[in-house]
Order: sequence, then C-alpha cells, then structure tokens
Amino acid sequence: MDLSQKLAILSDAARYDASCASSGTARRDSRDGKGLGSTEGSGICHAYAPDGRCISLLKILMTNFCIYDCAYCVNRVSSNVQRARFTVDEVVQLTIEFYRRNYIEGLFLSSGIIRSPDATMSDMVRIAQRLREVESFRGYIHLKTIPDAAPELIDQAGLYADRLSINVELPTDNGVKAYAPEKNPATIRKAMEDVKVRKEIASERSYKGKRGKRFAPAGQSTQMIVGADISTDATILQRSTRLYGDYKLRRVYYSAFSPIPDATAKLPLIKPPLAREHRLYQADWLLRFYGFDVGEITAARPDGNLDLDIDPKLAWALQNRGIFPVNVNTASKDMLLRVPGFGTRTVGRILSTRRHRHLRYEDLLRMGASLKKARAFITALGWTPGALTDSANLRACFAPPPKQLSLF
Amino acid sequence: MYTVPLPMIGTDMAWREAAKRLIGAGVSPPDVLWDYGNNMPELFATAAPLPAPTRRVKAPQSFVQMAETVVWHKDPQRFARLYALLWRLRHEQGLMQDRADPDLARLRQMEKGVQRCKHKMKAFVRFRDLRQGGDRRSFAAWFEPTHHTVEPTAPFFARRFADMDWMIATPDVTVQFVDGNLSFHPGQPKPDLPEDAAETLWGTYFCNIFNPARLKVQAMTSEMPKKYWKNLPEAQYIPGLIAGAEEKVQQMRDTAPTLPPERAKRIQERLRKQDPDAKN
Ligand code: SF4
Repeated sequence: MDLSQKLAILSDAARYDASCASSGTARRDSRDGKGLGSTEGSGICHAYAPDGRCISLLKILMTNFCIYDCAYCVNRVSSNVQRARFTVDEVVQLTIEFYRRNYIEGLFLSSGIIRSPDATMSDMVRIAQRLREVESFRGYIHLKTIPDAAPELIDQAGLYADRLSINVELPTDNGVKAYAPEKNPATIRKAMEDVKVRKEIASERSYKGKRGKRFAPAGQSTQMIVGADISTDATILQRSTRLYGDYKLRRVYYSAFSPIPDATAKLPLIKPPLAREHRLYQADWLLRFYGFDVGEITAARPDGNLDLDIDPKLAWALQNRGIFPVNVNTASKDMLLRVPGFGTRTVGRILSTRRHRHLRYEDLLRMGASLKKARAFITALGWTPGALTDSANLRACFAPPPKQLSLF
Repeated sequence: MYTVPLPMIGTDMAWREAAKRLIGAGVSPPDVLWDYGNNMPELFATAAPLPAPTRRVKAPQSFVQMAETVVWHKDPQRFARLYALLWRLRHEQGLMQDRADPDLARLRQMEKGVQRCKHKMKAFVRFRDLRQGGDRRSFAAWFEPTHHTVEPTAPFFARRFADMDWMIATPDVTVQFVDGNLSFHPGQPKPDLPEDAAETLWGTYFCNIFNPARLKVQAMTSEMPKKYWKNLPEAQYIPGLIAGAEEKVQQMRDTAPTLPPERAKRIQERLRKQDPDAKN
C-alpha cells in the first residue's frame, strides 16, 4: 500500500474527531534558524473543508487497526473497513513536509489500539519525540492519549505535546458501557485527573525558583458524541460542567453522531444532529464566558433539551422577560452579558464608551450588537421597546418558519 | 497645500513621520494630499516640502497601533482618514474610547479588514519546493492579498520558517527570506513554479478529512472565500466533494451491516482473557 492510500484511509478514520484547534499554547518560534515552526497564541485554520470545519492540523490515525469494539466507531474490530498503518517515519515526514508548505499548524495524532494500550501509546510518543528532538519541530502537537497507558508514557507525551486529549465519548457511564464495552469510564476519568495533576506539578516552582518542564501547555480536551445514545442536552451539559471543573479541561467538543461506513446493527445511522451540536456549543459558551449555569440554560424546556430554533441565550431571556428591558447606560456587566444579541466584545465596548457619554440605539449598531435580537430587551437613549418585551408573539419573530421535514 | 509621497515599501514609517510633522506644524487635513505609490509625480514640482520636525507630538497609543495596521488597507482614502482622526484627537479627549464615533468606527472596520487579510495570508500561502539543493531548502509561493499586507505579515513567516529560504511573490510587493535575511522588492507577475508532489498528498488529505454527512458549504466559503481558491491547490477538489457527498452518505446508509471479520472474534477473546475486568 503506498503512502497516499494510507493517508486516505487514516485521515478518513480521523475525521470524526471534532477538534482541530491549535491555539492557546506556549509561544515558540524558530528565529534562531535551528528548527522549524512557531506557535503564537491564536491558531490558524489553513483550509476549510466543504463541511465547514477548520483544517488546522494534520489529523490522522497512526493506525486504524483496533482491538476494541466501540459501536459508534469506524475503526472497531468488528468493522470491515480497510486497515492501514503508518510507520513512525511516514508520520514524521508527512508532518514536516506539509508544515514546510504552510498547509498545517502541526499534527493531531490518535490511534486505534493495537496489541496493548502501552504499545500503542509508546509508538505515538516516539513520533512526537522524533518531531521535537530530531526534526526540531516547534509547531503544534496534539496527542490523543490512550486511557489505560502507563503513567510514564503519559508523562513523556505531555513533554512533547502541546495538548493531550482523552475522549469521554458518551455523556453517561451507562452509554459507555453499552457502546464501548472495553472502555471504562472510571479509567478515563482517572487519566484526565492524572494529566491535571501533572500539569499542576509542572507549573510549580522548585525551592530554587526553577520551573519544571512544561507539560502540555495547551491543556487537555475531550469529546462527547451527541445523538448516539439517549442522553438529553441537560445531561450532556451537566457532564461538561463537571469536566471543566474537575479536570480543568480547556475544551469539551461535541460531535454529532455521523454516519460511518460499515455501521453496526447495534447503532443505526441517523442524520447527524448538526443543529443540536451547534446549540450545545452555544450553551457551552454561555456556561464558560457569560456567567450562566446549566440549570438556567436547560430550564426552558421540560424535556431537558435545548430549543433548536432559537439560541439558548434568547430562549432563556424569553423565559425571564420580567428582568428586561435593561438600560444599556446603567446595567451591570453581568446583566449586559445576558442580553440576547450582545457578545462579550459588544459588552466591553458599551462599558468603555458609556464612561464618556450616554449611548443611543444607533451607537449600539456600530458596536457590533445584533439589534434584531437585542431591541426587545434593552432601553437606550431614544429607544424603549414598549410592549414589545412582553408581546405574546415575540418568540415567533426569531424562530425560523416551520420547514417541511426532510426525509432521511 | 502639501503633497506627501508614500512609498509602497515602508509605507507605515513614511506615513507616521509625515503625519507627525504635519500635525506638529498645525496643517489641517484639507491641506494635505497623500500620494501612495507615486501616482501623482507631476504634483511634486509644485508641492511645498514637509514642515520640519517640531515639538514632540503626542497621540494615544491606541491610535498609533490602529494606524500601523490601517495604512496597509487598500482604500485610497486611508491616509486622509487617519490624519483627520489624528487632527480631531488634538482636542477630543476620550475619542479613542468612543466605539460609536462614525469616523473611528470606520477606521476600526478597516483595521479589522487588514487584520483579517493578514490572517488569511498566514493561512492560505502555499509554498512549493524549489528543490534547489544546498544547505537550506528553498520554497516559493504566489499570493494575491486583498490589502497591502505582505510587509506586515512577512515577520510571521520569518519566525516560522527560519531554517529554510523562501519567497512570497504578489502583484504589489515580493518578499524574500534568504539566509535569515528578510527583504522586500517590487511586485511581479505570477512566476512559474515547479510542480510539487506534496500537493497531491495534501489534496488526498483534504478530500478524506471531509465528512460528507456534514455538508455545510456556506460555512466553508465564509471562511475561505472563493477569491482565494485559484491559489489553493486543494480547492480544485471542492466541487467534486460537494457533488458526491449525498451519494456517499446514501451508500453508508444503504449498506446492510456486515458480519465481523474472522479475526475480530479471535482478538476479542484474547482481550477478554488478558483483562477479565475489561467488561466492568
Ligand atoms: S478504541 Fe474504540 S473509539 Fe478508539 S479506535 Fe478503537 S474502536 Fe474506535
């Protein structure tokens, strides 16, 4: 099998991982002329596929052979997809040559589990080590770690990689038991805990004031598959909140369960719930940057799922109209953040401008607010929504008109 | 009336120096004509020389930073707009914090445009291997930016690709990085670059990382507008990927579940023997 065929198989197998982020790591460059690559805070999307997703990293599997049998996964042992395996050298060369042509920010390497978790993990670590120590590669490396791998291997992985991840895969332990029978949710959590602790140790200074070696400076992330099991959005978001809190995760990714070749009868294919995935990301954002808690976001509907037709902040505001309208010239930052149509940037601009003068409705337009949404919830100089805030058909102004259901 | 010639290379420094002197001498905006890239040479004959540097001129740091970016915008009025705001800043304290002032909002928007263009340049330049031998490898690219962003973006490439020589040619300005030294030269027509086999592999990757079940063409084009496609080797595959997506997904759905391969049973049995807890 030639390199191009392997690349086709092993990138095809990697596309179900949503993350392609390359941001938020330590700053590095190669100005000394002795290495290749740089990382500068914000990542770069070098291309976009027609699925609208950012291509920032060379996202591949080392191999798609796997001894486990996770029902949702294209690589599970019981599937008949074609198998392939990269050599260490092939992965290193692909990464370097792609990087030199400015196609990518670095490598996102994961793998099916071959022979044993340790054997797999140590091959992955070898690749990262070669990139760093032999090729002097200073770009971004994301390694998906194998939960059961030996702690020493994870230690090494964290020294070479910018980010480590372990996927929790399904939002509940029962889901994992049902669909990933060889995986153990407790082991996965233990592995995340270990990474957190190692990171903390690395950031402490010794009595001489020396810092330890950096450990996974871009932190750790995880992914949950949405729509494969029966978990509600409330369950998913509660799990996310715990993950962010307990393991200091940088990101939780939501991946709509998406058709795979040679699917199992155990898990029938559905149309990937993309709208749901999108709302979950919005809700995740509200939890992390807008001061909302899960209860508030998921209270709008009795079934524990988010409203697919309107964004979660708007849904919350419509449920809590008594608090509105708020005066943009006097409201607190926390309150402004809760106004539909105001992002964190807009709120920052409002706060800085109103120190000097009172804001008019038109001013808000120039500050990037989406007034179509915000207008019913605010007052400003020359603007009051009057009865709009409480009008019975307010929701209908935002929700899309009912669509014909499409067949699947 | 002053006419200020601004070169295409080093525009930022030239504008800043001229603006400092003009403001220092109290020259009002209507009395200044900015001539970018020497389009009005006939005017120089009659133009007065710039006023000599005077007392220290103060401008808020936030303005200076914004100006450093806005000077690279393609709008011919950018220099005049910047100067007009600088003029107002002499008496209007807090103007830079007023995010709703129309003049400032306009400049901020232009700043955003340039930032975006810089970002897209970092993303979409595609080097080809020139295979020239020697100690350092050499690469070259052709790129067509929306604004005049080659100069402010070049240091990024220098930080990143320091162990190789490279060139980015554009219609306006060409930047070269040879043996660790960055230099700028006049623009040029699209050069003939040698074929590079890595582009085919990159295309293979692009096609296979795409998930046909999640077709979202608009999300792609809003981030990777069509104007960039002609210089992106992977873009040639996009129409085919879009056209074939439905069918690919339909195939996945229509295929009946298969029987596990022979080896699956063996592997799984071995696994269970190894680790009796695996099921718990
Ligand atoms: S362990 Fe499970 S999810 Fe990971 S590759 Fe193997 S089958 Fe897929």
